[in-house]
Amino acid sequence: MTSLPTSPSGKRLGLVIDLDICVGCHACAVNCKEWNSGGIAGPLTDLDPYGGEPDGVWFNRVHSFEVGAGGDGRMVHFPRSCLHCAEPDCVTVCPTGASYKRADDGIVLVNEDLCIGCKLCSWACPYGAREFDSDVGVMKKCTLCADRIYNETFDERDRVPACVATCPVSARHFGDLGDPESDVSRLVAERGGYDLMPEMGYAPTNKYLPPRPRRAAAGCTGAAAELTAPDHAPAKGLLGWIDRFLSG
Amino acid sequence: MSSRDSSDPPIATSTPSSDQVKYTTCYMCACRCGIKVHLKDGGIRYIEGNRDHPVNRGVLCAKGSAGIMQHYSPARLRAPLLRVGRRGSGEFKEISWDEALTIATGWLGAIRQSDPRKLAFFTGRDQSQALTGWWASQFGTPNYAAHGGFCSVNMAAAGMYTIGGSFWEFGEPDWERTRYFLMFGVAEDHDSNPIKIGLGKLKTGGHAKFVSVNPIRTGYSAIADEWLGIRPGTDGLLVFALIHELLRAGKIDTEYLIRYTNAPWLVIREPGAADDGLFVRNAAGRPQLWDEASGMVAETRRAPRLAGKVTLPDGRTAVPAFQLLAERCLAPDYAPDRVAESTGIPAATIRRIAAELAHAAFEQEVVIMQPWTDWTGRHHDRMIGRPVSMHAMRGISAHSNGFHTCRAIHILQMLLGSIDTPGGFRYEPPFPRSAPPAVKPAGRADQVVPGKPLAGAPIGFPTGPEDLIVDAEGSALRIDKAFSWEAPLAAHGLMHLVIRNAWAGDPYRIDTLFLYMANMAWNSSMNTGGAIEMLTDTDEATGEYKIPHVIYSDAYASEMVSYADLVLPDTTYLERWDCISLFDRPIGNADGAADAIRQPVLTPDRDVRPFQDVLIELGARLGLPGLVKPGGTPRYPGLYPDYLVNHERRPGFGMLAGWRGAAGDKQGVGAPNPKQLEAYVANQCFWRTEIPDCGKYYKHANRDYLEWAVGMGLIDKPEPVVLQLYSEVLQKFRLAAQGHGKVQPPAEHRERIATYFDPLPLWYMPFEERATEADDFPLHAITQRPMAMYHSWGSQNAWLRQIHGENRLHIHHATAAKLGIANEDWIEVTSAHGRIKVQAKLMDGVNPDTVWTWNAIGKRKGAWNLGPGAKEAKQGFLMNHLIAELLPDRGGFRYANADPVTGQAAWYDLRVRIAKVADGACVTEPALAATAAVPNLPERPAVLRYGARFRADAKQ
Amino acid sequence: MHPALSVILFTTLSGAGYGLLALLGVMAPLDLLPPERGFAFAALGLALGAVTIGLLSSTLHLGRPERAIRAFSQWRSSWLSREGVASVATYLPAGVFGIGWVFYGRTDGVLGLCGVFAAAGAVITVFCTAMIYRSLKPIQRWHNRWVVPNYLALSLATGLLWLVLLLHAFGRPNRVVAALTLLSLVLAAALKLSYWRFIDGSASASTAGTATGLGGLGEVRLFEAPHTSENYLQKEMGFVIARKHAAKLRRIAMLAAFALPFLLTLVAFLAPGVPALVAAAVAAPLATVGVVVERWLFFAEAKHTVTLYYGATHA
Ligand SMILES: Nc1nc2c(c(=O)[nH]1)N[C@H]1C(S)=C(S)[C@@H](COP(=O)(O)OP(=O)(O)OC[C@H]3O[C@@H](n4cnc5c(=O)[nH]c(N)nc54)[C@H](O)[C@@H]3O)O[C@H]1N2
Ligand SMILES: Nc1nc2c(c(=O)[nH]1)N[C@H]1C(S)=C(S)[C@@H](COP(=O)(O)OP(=O)(O)OC[C@H]3O[C@@H](n4cnc5c(=O)[nH]c(N)nc54)[C@H](O)[C@@H]3O)O[C@H]1N2
Ligand code: SF4
Ligand code: SF4
Ligand code: SF4
Ligand code: SF4
Ligand code: SF4
Ligand SMILES: [Mo]
Repeated sequence: MTSLPTSPSGKRLGLVIDLDICVGCHACAVNCKEWNSGGIAGPLTDLDPYGGEPDGVWFNRVHSFEVGAGGDGRMVHFPRSCLHCAEPDCVTVCPTGASYKRADDGIVLVNEDLCIGCKLCSWACPYGAREFDSDVGVMKKCTLCADRIYNETFDERDRVPACVATCPVSARHFGDLGDPESDVSRLVAERGGYDLMPEMGYAPTNKYLPPRPRRAAAGCTGAAAELTAPDHAPAKGLLGWIDRFLSG
Repeated sequence: MSSRDSSDPPIATSTPSSDQVKYTTCYMCACRCGIKVHLKDGGIRYIEGNRDHPVNRGVLCAKGSAGIMQHYSPARLRAPLLRVGRRGSGEFKEISWDEALTIATGWLGAIRQSDPRKLAFFTGRDQSQALTGWWASQFGTPNYAAHGGFCSVNMAAAGMYTIGGSFWEFGEPDWERTRYFLMFGVAEDHDSNPIKIGLGKLKTGGHAKFVSVNPIRTGYSAIADEWLGIRPGTDGLLVFALIHELLRAGKIDTEYLIRYTNAPWLVIREPGAADDGLFVRNAAGRPQLWDEASGMVAETRRAPRLAGKVTLPDGRTAVPAFQLLAERCLAPDYAPDRVAESTGIPAATIRRIAAELAHAAFEQEVVIMQPWTDWTGRHHDRMIGRPVSMHAMRGISAHSNGFHTCRAIHILQMLLGSIDTPGGFRYEPPFPRSAPPAVKPAGRADQVVPGKPLAGAPIGFPTGPEDLIVDAEGSALRIDKAFSWEAPLAAHGLMHLVIRNAWAGDPYRIDTLFLYMANMAWNSSMNTGGAIEMLTDTDEATGEYKIPHVIYSDAYASEMVSYADLVLPDTTYLERWDCISLFDRPIGNADGAADAIRQPVLTPDRDVRPFQDVLIELGARLGLPGLVKPGGTPRYPGLYPDYLVNHERRPGFGMLAGWRGAAGDKQGVGAPNPKQLEAYVANQCFWRTEIPDCGKYYKHANRDYLEWAVGMGLIDKPEPVVLQLYSEVLQKFRLAAQGHGKVQPPAEHRERIATYFDPLPLWYMPFEERATEADDFPLHAITQRPMAMYHSWGSQNAWLRQIHGENRLHIHHATAAKLGIANEDWIEVTSAHGRIKVQAKLMDGVNPDTVWTWNAIGKRKGAWNLGPGAKEAKQGFLMNHLIAELLPDRGGFRYANADPVTGQAAWYDLRVRIAKVADGACVTEPALAATAAVPNLPERPAVLRYGARFRADAKQ
Repeated sequence: MHPALSVILFTTLSGAGYGLLALLGVMAPLDLLPPERGFAFAALGLALGAVTIGLLSSTLHLGRPERAIRAFSQWRSSWLSREGVASVATYLPAGVFGIGWVFYGRTDGVLGLCGVFAAAGAVITVFCTAMIYRSLKPIQRWHNRWVVPNYLALSLATGLLWLVLLLHAFGRPNRVVAALTLLSLVLAAALKLSYWRFIDGSASASTAGTATGLGGLGEVRLFEAPHTSENYLQKEMGFVIARKHAAKLRRIAMLAAFALPFLLTLVAFLAPGVPALVAAAVAAPLATVGVVVERWLFFAEAKHTVTLYYGATHA
């Protein structure tokens, strides 16, 4: 239903994305596309796929940002998909009830049979997580791979979202963020995981782990700032130390 | 169903997503990850990584995840094609396979009987080199090579000649244990997933520091703890400065050097003598050391001296090799302060990195309580590791000083005592091999006999001038001039020179250029425009094409297809048997040996055939000895699968190492097993065997490993691999250039050989930078692999081309500001060789003297069955138009634009200037005319609804 | 935000239509309007026609217009649903009121009450429309207190302009109505200027820094977007309009929607007869066109936070 579930279970399934190690490889984005093309929200239609303006439906997109400049500058790769917010307006603005947040696990989904394609939910999502499929005239979005994570025909260990399973650096974690004892919650606590645009008040479930401080200052590994030659100046030319080194 | 009790619409969770799952090996790139292909209703529902596979452990990269779109690409070829119009016109007619093979047999049969060298057979992204190389030698031509020559032969050769192994994909950091990881010039590499898995582990573990040396801060460099934005081509200087610091402070592992390297070997120091610079050897040819205790020259390695001058019993003088290295590296020229400006890395940073390396190696030693025995039989109760690891690739390789820079990196590893120790860089079996491996190239006049196989393999590792493939005058005998004085250690051939040399008839004319999986009319050519002209150029007198016949195998309508006379359409990787053999580029990792196959998971829906099948049938039609039985009937009627199982290089040694022996119970060595392929299929299409724990480190000197490797058939004898800090092989070439020995270079090459065949690593300015004025061409221009694209073949992929459908020239904003260039401005990029027009994109994380772009995004209009509006041809560009395949004329002679030792193409030596252009047509230049479409390609869909039919609720 | 013509036409036409309907619904029962059925027919026809065309045009914006009916279901939370319900509900009293006035010439009693209900419905519908925008947090240029008054004032002003025209056309000029019109134009213009001043002067709380959470590390700049060609999000929310262009359009909107209609209405107010009719006949459509421009700008100048992921520094 369009109204947010009134008695939400404590379960809040979502993703934790580690910006410290994401290399921006797009594997999560393409694998998401691949899985979901034939999944519950498929197809992820591509318009003009071989022409000048290819434009496809993707549930996950990877951006790259430069942050800061010079010595303090860095590049951060930034995957972006639905955050399965706890209090998202994308659900409440929906006039048809097509957009809904599941009471059991907090996954935000679109019921395509109800959707009229008014696009209002995409306007209401600050994060750009809604994808309009103009071919069929309905809104689509990240399903948190609801058809994988509960799929009984899958090996237990494969019951994770496609993007998580495929991420080569393991920058993506999946779990119950409503449970403070879950691995993902602990990770968030340890690493200072944060919300995107908290000022929106949407209470995103997905969390991002910040890049760790860079380690380029002297002493960062415990090493001295530079090596010093052995106290005694080389007696026998450049290699004097070696002689001593070997005879000592 | 999930245990849900709300009123939310239910989602089916108990219907299988596919009817069938088949295991095979990915080939969206050359990294060879294991995949599970889910099939539904005869189509591909999903491709996922195989969790049990040693390469990718369940993950897939972006390319691998887009395999569906590659398989169903509208650019796929349909049937064999025979050119009917002019070359390049794209006018073909479809012919039958029988016609195609008859034509090929006609062309090739004739030259095999007259002069087999007239066939040049070159393969690109090939993973069947064990087959193709063997086929070429059966044909009898020395003119065979794969893509390594333009790719990474600097790394392979420097590694093989120095440590008997290599970075590239033949070794890996000890990801779990390393404390310091130094990566030089890597954007993606062939170990794409393993590197990412490793970096993730390393960074998550939190106990290691990762330093990336790279002019550009994207991808891996973005997550490095420290990024060193080096100026291209100067890594050698940086490494020398690090060595300088370590030596100055005495922070080196002398014990490691003494035990495992030739650092203590005595080198004759008699300038001018014929044996100057060679090792002092005893009568048995064994190198001699200078024993500390006795002061005598002997064979003992107990306590040899590393420095000092010794007078030999015969009165000559000699010094330990290490002394020579130390003298070179301690020279003031390599002090951090002196290299800071050239490299763009502050001296204090260099000093700090040296201190950190030493700290990690010597203060953070890792110990594994695992006893082991070295090759001398000495027992060690533990494995001690220097947890500093390194990896380097094309940022080093693609420069004309890459061989020596790579050698310098390996020597830095030796000095730290970290090669194949816990926490260090580790060999992947079948490596290490002797440095270099004992395979010599064949191709000299006496080895090429019409109608007969070549007397050996076409490529290998020369160890002295006498191994070169040259005639009595010292002129090249191979079409690419590999193993000539112009590129003596060209261990992978010089693919980048084939078209040019064949066109120029330099050193001779050929008849047939046979290419496989190489888009040489586009992104794998230097001077792309020139390559196209050479492919279409005719002899004025006869009107014949200068390269009379071009046969090409591709699976897609690439740019190169238009320039072939005969096109042999291949299947996709999901439709054929393939083999990732230990003979080739195997998939092992540091803990075990492995190989793999591809099995057909789908049947072709068109008239295409696996190239390997075609090659075997062609060989049989030509009557090549290895491919026919004595009576002339085909030896492998079952084609490639038959060959994979039954072909033996020597008794017991075949393409696949798993499940050998008649009963399938042997590994490595054993008789052919008729059920071998079934065994592979039953085991997820790969075989792997673990090295015993006592053999997992110090492999170059570990008796248990060496014996295990012999047992597996990886090496012939359990002999240690001595790491070559000093290269006597190089010195032999230098001596020849100094006028010693039977085989000497022609006068015009002497100085060059004498300079670059330095037995110690050296640094010199890359050739193009030296040949051009800094004022004319002040900037370096390089490319990077985009992680989500594979060379030219990703652009036909409906999903991947959305990620990289066009490219920009990335410029440091300060550099751009000086030139008045703003974001998205159109600019002109000029090199000494050519000019392109492209769009600019400013950024911060790039060396200010460097501009760069993503590689191979630009496409020729008309190719790949892309629409006329495709941006790849309008807002995409290739850097290759700016890169010459030859260096400027020097005294009537032009060397290859390549490393002087290995012939490795020097793509990243490119120097350019850039300037804003007045607004004109907003299209990249050169805008070559469209190639005509290959006949009968399908219509491009306007809307792609892939997967619609798989939906559980799909209404048919 | 991408200015979609169907939505612009909808808000403009329904704004004017509901404005007019509201005026008719209140003024007719109070006998402030000509009682003739011809006038009633024309006036109500115009109001309901505009509303209906607007509503129909709004469905063109839908991906699945055939399912539009579903949009009425979520009135408990969705302003769009509420708007739908209100707009349809308004037809009921408006219909009764219209039948009474047009067919029976009566606007008193229950029929008059229906008129008042219709007027209330009209106001509520316009309010809901405005609230659809007002409630969208990701679009700071909509999510502010100026939006609702702007919509209401413009609806009133355009409704009045059309009423003035009708009155003149039926030869029944009404100075009170004309005066109200002048006042409403001033009010609407003032509100619009305030809105513009507000959006020019206030920055969004969200920046590329908060969107990525990386702001603490330094200035956040897009290096590469996920894809090299534009996607739905960029086409729908990434519309950018050059400052110069916007300034010019604002002037045009100001002239067409407010200044000229004001002058023309003044003419109609002062000069009776044909010149007044001509002036009124120009003023109403001109203002409607002006509102189209204003609405176009309302979309074009609105910035969505999703643009922060595509290179914008502020939304
Ligand atoms: N400027 C610049 N140029 C470069 C480089 C660079 O860094 N910068 N890098 C160089 C390097 S290292 C390399 S390795 C080369 C790579 O360059 P190429 O070897 O030319 O690689 P691709 O572009 O992938 O072309 C391979 C061809 O194989 C075809 N193909 C794909 N799958 C199959 C198949 O299953 N069967 C057959 N028969 N054909 C198939 C493709 O359609 C394509 O035409 O580029 C080189 N060029
Ligand atoms: N996704 C994807 N993966 C691929 C390929 C592909 O096309 N796409 N191609 C495959 C092939 S054939 C190859 S050869 C490998 C190559 O794999 P890489 O070695 O990763 O190849 P490049 O992208 O050429 O990366 C070279 C890196 O070196 C840097 N560089 C350039 N000059 C210098 C220098 O002087 N010093 C230093 N330190 N760095 C420098 C560049 O900035 C770049 O980051 O990748 C393989 N893997
Ligand atoms: S990210 Fe957007 S679409 Fe997803 S729940 Fe939050 S507001 Fe809704
Ligand atoms: S587009 Fe569909 S899901 Fe989104 S608000 Fe409209 S009806 Fe609801
Ligand atoms: S959870 Fe599933 S649908 Fe969502 S981004 Fe990941 S793969 Fe895509
Ligand atoms: S797959 Fe992992 S590393 Fe690659 S872009 Fe996605 S999150 Fe980043
Ligand atoms: S790295 Fe990617 S494309 Fe290459 S083999 Fe592995 S999954 Fe396939
Ligand atoms: Mo390569």
